[in-house]
Amino acid sequence: MEQKIPTMAAMAAEGKEPEILFWVGCAGSFDERAQKITRDICKILQHVGMSYAVLGTEESCTGDPAKRAGNEFLFQMQAMTNIEVLNGYNIKKIVTGCPHCFNTIANEYPGLGGKYEVIHHTQLIQGLINEGKLKAEGGESFKGRRITFHDPCYLGRGNNIYEAPRAALEILDTELVEMKRCKSNGLCCGAGGAQMFKEPEPGKKDINMERMIDVLEAKAQIVASACPFCMTMMSDGVKHMDKDQEIKVLDIAEITVRANGL
Amino acid sequence: MVGQVIFIIILLAAAYLFGKNADKIRRNILLGRDVDRSDNSAARWKIMAKVALGQTKMVKRPVAAVMHFFIYVGFVIINLEVLEIVIDGIFGSHRIFAKPLGSLYGLLIGGFEILALLVLVSCVVFLARRNIIKLKRFSGTEMTAWPKSDANYILFIEILLMTAFLTMNAADHKLQLLHFGHYAAAGSFPVSDLLGPLLPANATTLATIERGCWWFHIIGILAFLNYLPYSKHFHILLAFPNVYYSNLEPKGEFSNTASVTNEVKAMLDPSFVPEATEVSRFGAKDVTDLTWKNLMEAYTCTECGRCTSVCPANITGKLLSPRKIMMDTRDRLNEVGNNMDKHGKDYTDNKTLLDNYITREELWACTTCNACVEACPVNINPLEIITEMRRYVVMEESQAPASLNNMFGNVENNGAPWKYSQADRFNWAEKE
Repeated sequence: MEQKIPTMAAMAAEGKEPEILFWVGCAGSFDERAQKITRDICKILQHVGMSYAVLGTEESCTGDPAKRAGNEFLFQMQAMTNIEVLNGYNIKKIVTGCPHCFNTIANEYPGLGGKYEVIHHTQLIQGLINEGKLKAEGGESFKGRRITFHDPCYLGRGNNIYEAPRAALEILDTELVEMKRCKSNGLCCGAGGAQMFKEPEPGKKDINMERMIDVLEAKAQIVASACPFCMTMMSDGVKHMDKDQEIKVLDIAEITVRANGL
Repeated sequence: MVGQVIFIIILLAAAYLFGKNADKIRRNILLGRDVDRSDNSAARWKIMAKVALGQTKMVKRPVAAVMHFFIYVGFVIINLEVLEIVIDGIFGSHRIFAKPLGSLYGLLIGGFEILALLVLVSCVVFLARRNIIKLKRFSGTEMTAWPKSDANYILFIEILLMTAFLTMNAADHKLQLLHFGHYAAAGSFPVSDLLGPLLPANATTLATIERGCWWFHIIGILAFLNYLPYSKHFHILLAFPNVYYSNLEPKGEFSNTASVTNEVKAMLDPSFVPEATEVSRFGAKDVTDLTWKNLMEAYTCTECGRCTSVCPANITGKLLSPRKIMMDTRDRLNEVGNNMDKHGKDYTDNKTLLDNYITREELWACTTCNACVEACPVNINPLEIITEMRRYVVMEESQAPASLNNMFGNVENNGAPWKYSQADRFNWAEKE
């Protein structure tokens, strides 16, 4: 990175409080593909000059996969420990790089004492576009390329956020096409509910391969995603069909960074 | 006079029997755990008006939506006619609303007839969709002989009732034109007049047909009312309270188990004194571990299969079917209720919803994507039941799949679902 990524600990040592905390998440921290998206979100924050910080090594799993898998104990242990850290830094506003972290912190932490204004990075991008701080210029042109957006369940159905990610695509001079199953009818990538961390139950095929039917039908050249787990599943699906030359899977943040040449 | 007495006896018996069976369902629902849905009544009335009364979630499937709307409106509005029939039955009158309503009566009867025809046609199309076209949505492992027959019985009974209603009107109108007995000119009959030529000309035979259809129609309706508690068709009543008591929070939000919060707080802070809560197991092993709302949903389900048809697990051939989750919950609850009636309150049959009805393979196939919840026209939430059962399997039995146990261990020890060190969590900032 050109600029150093500020941590909460360093900021607090200087007696400063950032405007927003960037909650990176486990995938964003460890998964190589998602790390790239994490760095792109930082580039956007730096580009618009927003004061932000990350927790760095003080961040821990939100507990989402434990909760969806039924381990409420582990979830609440994680939640309460995280809330202690967040409240300790007097955090008011959080942006997450993952719909699962977003849903958990926004909806499930308040009942356990963690009340913050939480947005997903696609909402951050939408807000910056609306404020005129973020455009699509100076970078790669997406003109004439067919882009489709795959709705992550915990952004779409889970929290009724359908427009924010599309707003980030609409400013590109591009052809935005919808898949047959989209928005509230969107088909899951197959990773949710802790499926990411286990083998699928016996069946006829894997869920990401079912989703590939919609991708091919939409004749999309770019599948835009907004979730690191969807990213894994969709990329695997495209690779499995030997289509990784024709179809690229990119996060909304990556597309924004490319379009602006950041 | 004899007719009136017989009518009143049948009416009271039907009302009593229905009340008794409906009360049994109410008792069964209240076997569930408590959950507070008494808040925000303004939003609740609004969602009920929109989703239950206005059927806004039906429109995703336009063909079914339009025909279901005909049957629904027909059912509700033709009940005005049933009110007249009941009053006529009790007082021995004939078309008692005709005089006071004047020309409006003709308009009403004409409207009822058009609705009756629409109901009839819709039921025939629905039967065809189920039995001739064989839509995939109406099959599946849980759609065994009884659920399939149940659906056909309902449609068949409605066809019979509408046919009786129209035949009755046709005979009545013919008698009116013959100025026979008490059949004074009343009403307009745009649909049943088409049946006129099929009926005999003889006045006494016509009167027998008219009376026969009148009795068949009203006894049919009362019998149908008493069929409801045994049928998926109970949705016509429970859809409204079920939507009223909907979860108003975002679908992504799963409840935080309060008893777990107490234990976790006590672990993190030894000085914490928890509020006294009822000691019960974590999660759900049997229907009585679910909330009354989950149980109400089980009785509200009309097995339409919209949930299962959008379930990613089901679409890709896994065992899970959200509709089966709801049907199993209802069937098990009926079994628990029947056991109570037969053997007393404390009887256990050593069966449970988990394993005897719902298998672990079904539970572990769910991606918690909320597609089933979104698809349900009456806001039923199969996902909540799946989650509660996972909670039981994990927290009471420690029987999660091995790979998930590894994930739990990683979250617990290094703060991430994968085996990476917490100390490496910020390494992404160093790369480019």
